[in-house]
Amino acid sequence: MSLEAKSLTFRYRRRGQSPVLEGVNLTLEPGERVGLSAPSGRGKTTLCKLLAGYERPVQGTVLLDGRPLEQYKGACPVQMIWQHPETVLDPLLPLGVSLNEAGAVEERLLEELHIQPGWLTRYPQELSGGELQRFCIARALGPATRYLLCDEITAMLDLITQTQIWDFLLREAQRRNLGLLIVSHSAPLLERVCTRIQSLSPIP
Amino acid sequence: MRRLNQRQRALLLLLLAAAVLLAITLAGALLTGRAMETDFSRLNLAPDLPYLFGTDWMGRDMFARTLTGLSLSIRIGALTACVSAVIALVLGVAAALNRKLDAVFSWCIDLFLGIPHILLVMLISLAFGRGFLGVVAGVSLSHWPSLARLLRGEVLQLRQAPYLRLARKLGVPRRDLIRRHLLPHLLPQFLTGLILQFPHAILHEASVTFLGFGLSSEQPAIGVILSESMRYLTTGRWWLALFPGLALVGVVLLFAALGEQARRLLDPSSIHQ
Repeated sequence: MSLEAKSLTFRYRRRGQSPVLEGVNLTLEPGERVGLSAPSGRGKTTLCKLLAGYERPVQGTVLLDGRPLEQYKGACPVQMIWQHPETVLDPLLPLGVSLNEAGAVEERLLEELHIQPGWLTRYPQELSGGELQRFCIARALGPATRYLLCDEITAMLDLITQTQIWDFLLREAQRRNLGLLIVSHSAPLLERVCTRIQSLSPIP
Repeated sequence: MRRLNQRQRALLLLLLAAAVLLAITLAGALLTGRAMETDFSRLNLAPDLPYLFGTDWMGRDMFARTLTGLSLSIRIGALTACVSAVIALVLGVAAALNRKLDAVFSWCIDLFLGIPHILLVMLISLAFGRGFLGVVAGVSLSHWPSLARLLRGEVLQLRQAPYLRLARKLGVPRRDLIRRHLLPHLLPQFLTGLILQFPHAILHEASVTFLGFGLSSEQPAIGVILSESMRYLTTGRWWLALFPGLALVGVVLLFAALGEQARRLLDPSSIHQ
């Protein structure tokens, strides 16, 4: 019962480039909150994309409960929350449509994330990054989700909003026994919220 | 008067252009009877009051003939532009979603773009036995490649958009992805492409007809009028070619303006101007 990355190697498709990730191992248990920190450009986002199935590794596998991740059909149990919420919301759709596109999101989530009903009819370019990020979080917490990859999700937010969002996420993770992978440059944040911190070793 | 913003002005121009074109189409359709009417008591009259565009060598009213010809051209243009835009949409989207189809369709697009339009229109029109069907088939089967290529590129780019990839991960079914995310983004390109194909279609219809590969000579089409009038130009009857020619240019310009305003209205980045 865990999300396992087994000796992942990945390179972006351009000839003669050295791999971004080489032989990376990582295990995430339900209820665990793993912090991941590494210098910029080290492949943190790439690792998240591999774990959530957006990219396929060149070598190695991502296993969910012992089964390869790509065998899971429908809503993926591993959801990634992106660093830039404005890129993952369709600019031509009202936020309410984007929010509920994979089935209705629970009313309780909207309340706890302080998403106001008036925002649902607005378009992404009308709201701020912090407001959009709440939609992305609510949308990622569908019933099938068991692991949540948070890729610098609060890096561009003010401290009060950061606190609100982390407070909510920790409560929700505990309630549903979610496994969290938290990527951040902020050491104090990781120390505060994580049960374990792993760092990507520098490129050999 | 309150100053109109750019969007309102664009909308006004668009409605105006559409109204004029619609009026020409209707007037032409109603005047078909008058356009065919011959009256040998009024041969070769220069432009004057009762006959604004003059009369021809069979005493036919050139004004009615021009309007009827334009009306026919617009109707053919509308039909062919719609057919070719739909072909472009289907082929473009199919190509972008399937790699094997992409190889085949891209090759077809290159092939069609490599042949001069007018030659292709003539050949297809001949193969379909000329006449109305020939022209419609010729123009609609030759005008889809550039729009298809544009839409294909657009879909390829959209497929990589993070919001689409994320929606796929959330388990949104494929047809919802296409309907909800792809089509709304393609709509502006599609509509603009459709309207901008009108002038092309009209000009090519008129030119194949002028060259004798299109509509038959008893139909009052602009191409027919122009090619017949050429024989009388040297005898000093300038009005036979000048006014229908100018009217054709005017209609084409109106359609181009219509497309330009539609593009302005539909372009998401100019929504607040």
